[in-house]
Amino acid sequence: MKTRLAALAGFVAALLFAGTALAVKPSEMLADPKLEARARLLSEELRCMVCQNQSIDESDAELAGDLRVLLRERLLAGDSDEQVMAYIVSRYGEFVLLKPQFNLRNALLWGTPVLLLLGGGAFVVLQARSRRRQEPAGLTKDEQAALDAILNKDA
Amino acid sequence: MVETGHFALILAFALSLVQSLVPLYGAYKGDTRLMAVGGPVTVTGFALIALSFAALTMAYVQSDFSVANVWENSHSLQPLIYKFTGTWGNHEGSMLLWVLILSFFGALVAAFGSNLPATLRANVLAVQGWIGTAFLLFILITSNPFARLVPAPIEGKDLNPILQDIGLAVHPPLLYLGYVGFSVCFSFAVAALIEGRIDAAWARWVRPWTLAAWVFLTGGIAMGSYWAYYELGWGGFWFWDPVENASFMPWLAGTALLHSAIVMEKRSALKIWTLLLAILTFSLSLLGTFLVRSGVLTSVHSFASDPSRGVFILCILTLFIGGSLALFAFRASQLAAGGIFHPISREGALVLNNLFLTTATATVLIGTLYPLVVEALFGDKISVGEPFFNLTFGPLMIPLLVVVPFGPLLAWKRGDVFAVAQRLMFAFGAALLAVLVTYLFIDGASVFAALGAGLSAWLVLGALTDLALKAGIGNVAPRMALRRFVGLPRSVFGTAIAHLGLGLTLLGIVGVLSFEKEAILVMKPGQVVEISDYRLRFDGLTPVRGPNFTEDQGHFSLLGINGQPSDVIMSSKRFYPVRQMPTTEAGIKTMWLSQLYISLGDEAGDGSVVVRVWWKPLVTLIWGGSLVMMLGGFVSLLDRRLRVGAPARRKSAAKPAAVTP
Repeated sequence: MKTRLAALAGFVAALLFAGTALAVKPSEMLADPKLEARARLLSEELRCMVCQNQSIDESDAELAGDLRVLLRERLLAGDSDEQVMAYIVSRYGEFVLLKPQFNLRNALLWGTPVLLLLGGGAFVVLQARSRRRQEPAGLTKDEQAALDAILNKDA
Repeated sequence: MVETGHFALILAFALSLVQSLVPLYGAYKGDTRLMAVGGPVTVTGFALIALSFAALTMAYVQSDFSVANVWENSHSLQPLIYKFTGTWGNHEGSMLLWVLILSFFGALVAAFGSNLPATLRANVLAVQGWIGTAFLLFILITSNPFARLVPAPIEGKDLNPILQDIGLAVHPPLLYLGYVGFSVCFSFAVAALIEGRIDAAWARWVRPWTLAAWVFLTGGIAMGSYWAYYELGWGGFWFWDPVENASFMPWLAGTALLHSAIVMEKRSALKIWTLLLAILTFSLSLLGTFLVRSGVLTSVHSFASDPSRGVFILCILTLFIGGSLALFAFRASQLAAGGIFHPISREGALVLNNLFLTTATATVLIGTLYPLVVEALFGDKISVGEPFFNLTFGPLMIPLLVVVPFGPLLAWKRGDVFAVAQRLMFAFGAALLAVLVTYLFIDGASVFAALGAGLSAWLVLGALTDLALKAGIGNVAPRMALRRFVGLPRSVFGTAIAHLGLGLTLLGIVGVLSFEKEAILVMKPGQVVEISDYRLRFDGLTPVRGPNFTEDQGHFSLLGINGQPSDVIMSSKRFYPVRQMPTTEAGIKTMWLSQLYISLGDEAGDGSVVVRVWWKPLVTLIWGGSLVMMLGGFVSLLDRRLRVGAPARRKSAAKPAAVTP
């Protein structure tokens, strides 16, 4: 039962484990407020591996706690933000990144919004132009002749 | 009673087969008697499903543990309200609620569709019947809520404690009314494709259904968001969780539909696009049902998941989405294109709205499904979370929100953007002032926060400007303006109120994201923490026994200037022994539009406890704004042109006009 709940975790992890912990714990926090602020920002971009879609900053799972501690250890060791992230990805895989990397495999993911907006916009513009061209520019010769005939009848 | 419910459900399935075929055949043959079968069959089907639902509810209320579903999701000690709402707090029951609402909408079309052309009505009911058939079959085959247990257990396994909340009474029914409400638009679209005919009157008939579904979906999402906010104990209001996205996508597409249908109704343009949106919106609802129910994604919503169910819903999904899109591809070219308009016009603005909203929908869609795709294709596991959506969805919304006030003020067909800009000068000036005031006078305001506040002001004042201009305030005598104001069409009010609500929601989001304050600390009884301008004292924990749980209540006092307690806040941790699950009950104190939010963590032996306190400025506006949006939709529903049988009259008037050379 317990393992099944852990698998279910996700959205509810906070609740399932609420009795044992609560996200970032005061004991984990760094004394240096600047470093701690960096740690918080970074941990918002790291996923809790056993949760559905929760960052380690929000999660109460033990594993998330381990990652928070690891992250802070790297920061204390003087790593830059990029170095910390690279280190964690090298140990835990790309799955931990809540923001997927910019690479070829993810091109469709990052590209869709842009392509769709540009493509859709181009389509709308082209459609409007072709429509306007279809708009009758004026009367045809025959119509003009007929109109003249009617107008000149009384004259 | 339970068997009666099961039997009623089987009967309803049989009737839905009749509903699927007979009116369709009647419409094809032009046989009025066969077409007329649709109405009574639909209404009877609804009555049977309602009976079936009532039977399940009875079993829950009476704690009849001989029913497997009740045994798994209820407990005799549960408060009555949760016994009642537990009916849909599980997979089987929630699917039954789904078809109940589907048949309810079908019955509404049957009852109020007397002004529709007979063939359109017959086809709409038939398409509703197809959906009903598919989902009733799904319930009967894979998710029977009426299965019995022999011998009957003495006691149930309790409802998931997270669901033991008033939210369960409101959130799922509202959400389903929205989700499933779009089925009517879908049925209208498919019926129009079957007939190969679509006109402005069609848009007018579909409009009230779209509006109603949108109002409910807005409420359902907002309610779900607030529920998660206070129940999950970490104070977030939106998590970009796949399941949230599943409900958000139909909302975005539905919002686009709502706007494009206006163009179609007023100007007879964008017909094919509106039709496609109607199909896509409900397709996204179906996709949402699949994502949540199949177990592809695990979350609090995917109760017990079972692969056979997933496959079944995937089949339904493929059949309906594939079928309707194929029909669309096949027929769309035959539909006459509509009127023409200049890019700078109200139509143009609404096209822009649709462009951004559909792109946003697609962004949410790809963000939700991409991890599944990558895992299937490459075997890699990746995550797409909040940072992705902040970088994509966010920038897409900004231009859209900037243009919102222009839309209602632009003229149809050919508008003058400079004239409109001139009329919006006041709103623009005030928004600029809001940016400056926020940036200069509020501590810790970032540029983002200031611009966000300005954008909110722009939306709110833009909506008010729209109303003021249309009433002629400042141009005509005050009494005349008042009379014109009162006489404005309800849909004009609806638009302005909904846009104003949007501005309020945005202001709430900006407020929380930019000015939230947080304190995480270990507190001993008597200790005081300062957050924002408030001083909060922890008074200690007391154990309390509830009906089916035990809890530790943490008591906090809000201290006034003189150090005396001016108010008390209680935040607790509960434990539900049957499921062995803890929950947090956040302590929330609402102060005007803002809230103080307290949740409890670990206890130490000496009576001290980990406490997380947040000051959440303007947070209530997030949901308050949604309520205002709902009100806007509701007011729009009251519009005169939706109440009177205007389309029928107009059509008969149009005929002789068409004959005259």
